[in-house]
Amino acid sequence: MSATDWAWLVLAFPLAGSLVIALGFRVLSPKAAGWIGTGAIALAFVSSIGALLMLLDEPTDARQLTDSLYQYASAAGLEIDLGILVDPLSVFMCLVVTGVSTLIHLYSVAYMDSDAGYRRFFSYLNFFVFSMLLLVLAGNFVILIVGWAFVGFASYALISYWYRRHTATTAGMKAFVINVVGDIGLVFAAFFVFRELGTFDFLDSFDAARETFTTNEGVVVAICCLMLVGAFAKSAQVPLHTWLPDAMEGPTPVSALIHAATMVTAGVYLIARMFPFFELAPTAADIAAFIGLATLLIASTIALAVTDLKRIIAYSTMSQIGYMVVGVSIGAYVGGLFHLMTHAFFKALLFMAAGSVIAAMANVQNIDRMSGFRRAMPLTSGLLVIGCLALAAFPGTSGFFSKDEILAFASDRGGMYLIFTIGGYIGAFMTAIYAFRIGFRVTTGEPCEEARELERGHLHHAEPRNPATGEGEDTDVGFPGPEHQIAERRRPMAIAMSVLAAGALFGGLIQIPGVDAVLEHFLEGTFESSPLFHIVPSTAASWFGLLIGGVISIAGIGVAYYCYVANPGVTARLIARVPRVHRFLLNKWYFDELQDALVYRPAIAIGRFANSVFERVVVDGIVNAATGVVRGAGSVVRGAQSGFVRAYALLLIGGFAALGVYFLVVSS
Amino acid sequence: MDIAWYLVLSALLFAVGAGGVLIRRSPLVILLCLELMLNAGNLALVAFARSAGNEEGQVFALVVMVVAACEVVIGLGLIVAMFRRRLALDVDAMRELKG
Repeated sequence: MSATDWAWLVLAFPLAGSLVIALGFRVLSPKAAGWIGTGAIALAFVSSIGALLMLLDEPTDARQLTDSLYQYASAAGLEIDLGILVDPLSVFMCLVVTGVSTLIHLYSVAYMDSDAGYRRFFSYLNFFVFSMLLLVLAGNFVILIVGWAFVGFASYALISYWYRRHTATTAGMKAFVINVVGDIGLVFAAFFVFRELGTFDFLDSFDAARETFTTNEGVVVAICCLMLVGAFAKSAQVPLHTWLPDAMEGPTPVSALIHAATMVTAGVYLIARMFPFFELAPTAADIAAFIGLATLLIASTIALAVTDLKRIIAYSTMSQIGYMVVGVSIGAYVGGLFHLMTHAFFKALLFMAAGSVIAAMANVQNIDRMSGFRRAMPLTSGLLVIGCLALAAFPGTSGFFSKDEILAFASDRGGMYLIFTIGGYIGAFMTAIYAFRIGFRVTTGEPCEEARELERGHLHHAEPRNPATGEGEDTDVGFPGPEHQIAERRRPMAIAMSVLAAGALFGGLIQIPGVDAVLEHFLEGTFESSPLFHIVPSTAASWFGLLIGGVISIAGIGVAYYCYVANPGVTARLIARVPRVHRFLLNKWYFDELQDALVYRPAIAIGRFANSVFERVVVDGIVNAATGVVRGAGSVVRGAQSGFVRAYALLLIGGFAALGVYFLVVSS
Repeated sequence: MDIAWYLVLSALLFAVGAGGVLIRRSPLVILLCLELMLNAGNLALVAFARSAGNEEGQVFALVVMVVAACEVVIGLGLIVAMFRRRLALDVDAMRELKG
């Protein structure tokens, strides 16, 4: 079997899993549905490995394989295939997506155990994985857009999964609307590509772009900026990020899968995939890099202030994706994608550990209420700390190597790009602080009431309440209660988290400066035509960067220790001293309010105007005038309808006679 | 015989029929007059066919007869329905279609 055959299998298994569970939900027991879902994704992972092995058999310059299932449309020079592109980049993404998804499915099998919508959940989850794989395997813009939109829908369905919860449905709609804004950007970008280059195919358009466009030509900058709209909406970059924190309304495994490990990295993938365009439009690439930097700094400051456990991790996701966007935009493709992979490991792990803690707290998500879980939940606490270490880029963990790969590349390019190095280190410092704000708050200190109860062997129970509003929950349609699942008691959760912890600890070892460069050699098949790809910082410079990164990480953890363990009152005093700054951060830099004022309110005002003036006067006026004309004409001709049958017959015969006379006169 | 004679007879029959339709008020008679008009047309068709020396006109005459039979069925059905509802057999009394 060739690599493309394996790639079709990668797509087929999740789709089949989703359909089987969705159509057979009456027949299947919940347990069977869960295991079918997990098995389908595991098979997709195995197929991804198959594709990887077949691809490695090929020589480096022949590792871009395309295949088409059938021709989707063919008209007037436009040919769209249902085609896939199998190259090192797409196979790398498949491996990350299916690998992490398999573990998250495994976790969900136990975590969602008491949920009434268990089968629906797994059907959605499989559909999401299928969409994401379609997105990364797409061989042309049309399939890419299809996958892109499917992913947006799957995200909407899973955020609104507890559909009786008002805040969840609102958050789902918000995510969907912002995602559609991104879709529009991507669609327009595809139109421009077709107009300028006459093809939708990736590889053809890359070749044509290099021949057609000159560097920084207006059109190619416009194409890249439109792509960036799509990328930023999916990857939650400023200012299109506000949906991501709200998306935490979904179940915790969903947060781990979609809003940390896979979907939000689609934008990073898009920028990396479109590298020939971005290298022709350095202006657009720089814009992307600066927005990435802004996002990483803004998000990490917010993460220092908010108190909702899942939202802290969500802002941390935004911030880490900021690093990736900076990486792939400045040309550090290996660094950006490497960070994508390690981030998928440690962020999924953090969410899973958070899910376990939240379950032990009976759905309380406020970290101010949590403390001292280290004895009650040793496994969860240990794995949570491993996740925090990797997030804080502690020396030796995966995040340590991947983050510094990006920053070392930026400093190697020098000049303006040093801003990204410095900004990245400032972000890394804050990252270490907020990572251990979570780590220390949850594990150390005096055990809270729920932790003490768990130490005595009883899991805390409470009436399910919405953590955002405090309303009671409708548990008929599914809620992770009244039975809460924690990793200590459920083996699938413990296994999934342990495997991810191994990835978070040791995943960085595939790419150590001066030692090995597995990922770089593998990705060469995709990026070999890029001049930026071949810029490799010297080993000494990389290790110098790693040294600085390590010092900053340890310093940040030290600050967190000082604030949250050694002197627990210090943060409260700090807040009291600068209440305005704290309120500013707690309100997330007022981005929601900004969007409200700039988009929502004007749109509502325009709508009101259209309703009260435009519709009443113009639209109704046109309609009323049309009916008036018809009515008037009707009253004129109504007189002819006498109801006398014989009068009609007379008219008919008279008419024919008149016609006959006319023809006689004309012909003679 | 000259075709003109046939056509004159056909025109006469047609005029009689049309006059009957316009003048009489009984639906039964109107129906009869309609048949008369149709058969006037038939006569002209057959006459033309004869003078042209082919059969197409005769085939048309047969088709017209079939159509006439159908029409009679419907017309008589209507009349029976009117009779059953004890309505006057007078087309001028049926004026519900007045606009």
